[in-house]
Amino acid sequence: MAITVKTLGRPQAESSYVRATLKGMALTFKHLFARKWTMQYPEQTSDADWTLSKRWRGTHRMAVDETGKAKCVACGLCPQICPANCIKLVAGEDEKGNRYPLVYEIDEFRCVFCGYCQEVCPEEAIHVGVDYENAEYSRDGFVYDLARLMKQPHEVSTLWDPSDPKGE
Amino acid sequence: MTPVSGAAFVWISLIKILVVFSGLLTLIAFWTWVERRGAAWIQNRLGPNRVGPEGLFQPVADGLKNFIKEETLPPFSDRFLFVLAPMMAFTPALITFAVVPFASPLPTPWGLVNSAIADLPIGFLFILAISSLGVYGVVLAGWSSNNKYSLLGGLRGSAQMISYEVSMGLAAVAVLVLSGNITMNEIVARQQQSLWFVLPLFVAFMTFLIASFAETNRLPFDLPEAEAELIAGYHTEYSSMKFAMFYIAEYSNMVTASALLVTLFLGGWDIPFTAWDNTPPWTVLKFVATFAAFWAKVLFFMFGYVWVRWTLPRFRYDQLMDLGWKVLLPVALAYVMVVAVAVWALEALGVAFGVPYALALTAVSAVLGALLIWGLDHNRVIGGSASRQRARWRADAARAKGAA
Repeated sequence: MAITVKTLGRPQAESSYVRATLKGMALTFKHLFARKWTMQYPEQTSDADWTLSKRWRGTHRMAVDETGKAKCVACGLCPQICPANCIKLVAGEDEKGNRYPLVYEIDEFRCVFCGYCQEVCPEEAIHVGVDYENAEYSRDGFVYDLARLMKQPHEVSTLWDPSDPKGE
Repeated sequence: MTPVSGAAFVWISLIKILVVFSGLLTLIAFWTWVERRGAAWIQNRLGPNRVGPEGLFQPVADGLKNFIKEETLPPFSDRFLFVLAPMMAFTPALITFAVVPFASPLPTPWGLVNSAIADLPIGFLFILAISSLGVYGVVLAGWSSNNKYSLLGGLRGSAQMISYEVSMGLAAVAVLVLSGNITMNEIVARQQQSLWFVLPLFVAFMTFLIASFAETNRLPFDLPEAEAELIAGYHTEYSSMKFAMFYIAEYSNMVTASALLVTLFLGGWDIPFTAWDNTPPWTVLKFVATFAAFWAKVLFFMFGYVWVRWTLPRFRYDQLMDLGWKVLLPVALAYVMVVAVAVWALEALGVAFGVPYALALTAVSAVLGALLIWGLDHNRVIGGSASRQRARWRADAARAKGAA
């Protein structure tokens, strides 16, 4: 005996091409006048439905102390942990023996925005920030030096805290 | 007023060509914008709204971009045909419009000017002849690109366009039977004397409508380009203005198909419920009013193309052929027979051509149309090979049941 295949007799309303077409046309016509969800980006960077998370990891920012100097003590932990090897640090020492960065550069183009630098920093000096508008016309423009990192105006990102996983 | 003749005829024809050509190209450019905005709106997006007010100058920007872009010529292509193909697609699409009258005659100091560029006595045959040429653009583009996707697109295009041309022509035959003439102006005049042919020839209208979607290669019949399957089909290898010419050809096919639908079935430039617009003396006001009426109807169908495009999914190839040869062709053939018999019966009864005559045909068409829609609704006619397989399975199952 030949193999038989069970065929399902679907109801007419489900299998009719005519009805499906009319239904579809009505639906698309309704959508013509429905609410548009587009956020018009350059004018509008966030709206009620979409804002950057406070845990967004974007362009770096160097924290500054009360005297206006970078908090960085040039310990070398961030270039050590950086998986993309995008941080260049040359340490210097003043006459009191305080270490400070002579050169501190981050290549945002190489950066993978993992946030390890912020996690590892003992002085809470280097941060990843809540910002993504860092386009440049040349690759050189993506290498941020210390002064530029200190001048970044955006918020710093909040790292994930294992004891408070939902950030409450 | 007498029609223009002599040197004035030549000059006026030249002016008409220039005006209609540039008007059509403007409409086509505008319609690419409508298509993109319409698509966006249907998908709850905004669409291009940056260039100019509401993005109206987007087509201009697109055009400029297309002129500036690099012209590519695939090294293994047949150069002559590769360059020829876009022209072959573009030209017939625009030429077809030459015989379509889009308003009432315009009175000028030199005489009465017909709104069609060429008021050919063989108007409809001209359309059938020229619109068939459009397939050469598709198939030559597919062939000369020397690319398997292009070739597949071209082959699909040729098969599809030739298949649907048959039912399109047959649907139009019903119109010709009723109008007794193949001059476009006469077809319009006959509709003004009775009803718009969409009512007495409803089934032919439906057939023509579906076939015209297939003829213009628009969704749900866009198999020649089928981007999901064939990259871009026959115009995969084309760039810059050559690519744009295929685009213009597609849109001008849309305009022409809509204009034909309007002329054959929706009374052309007729304004409904009044005889003011179709009786002499012809005035400029009548010209403007009928012009607006014609284009309102055409734009309605052109919007329909956009609307359907973003509603229906693409047919499978065998389903497409199924619909063309097993549904539309028999329907169109049978309908021509029915209309011919009905017309013969009406003439035998001595009913004069007019509204009652058209109403009688409308009654016949309503019955047939209802039957057709019922049939389409209740039998999965557009099944393709899968439906044949299903029928086999059903038969096997029934036999197995009988044996048990």
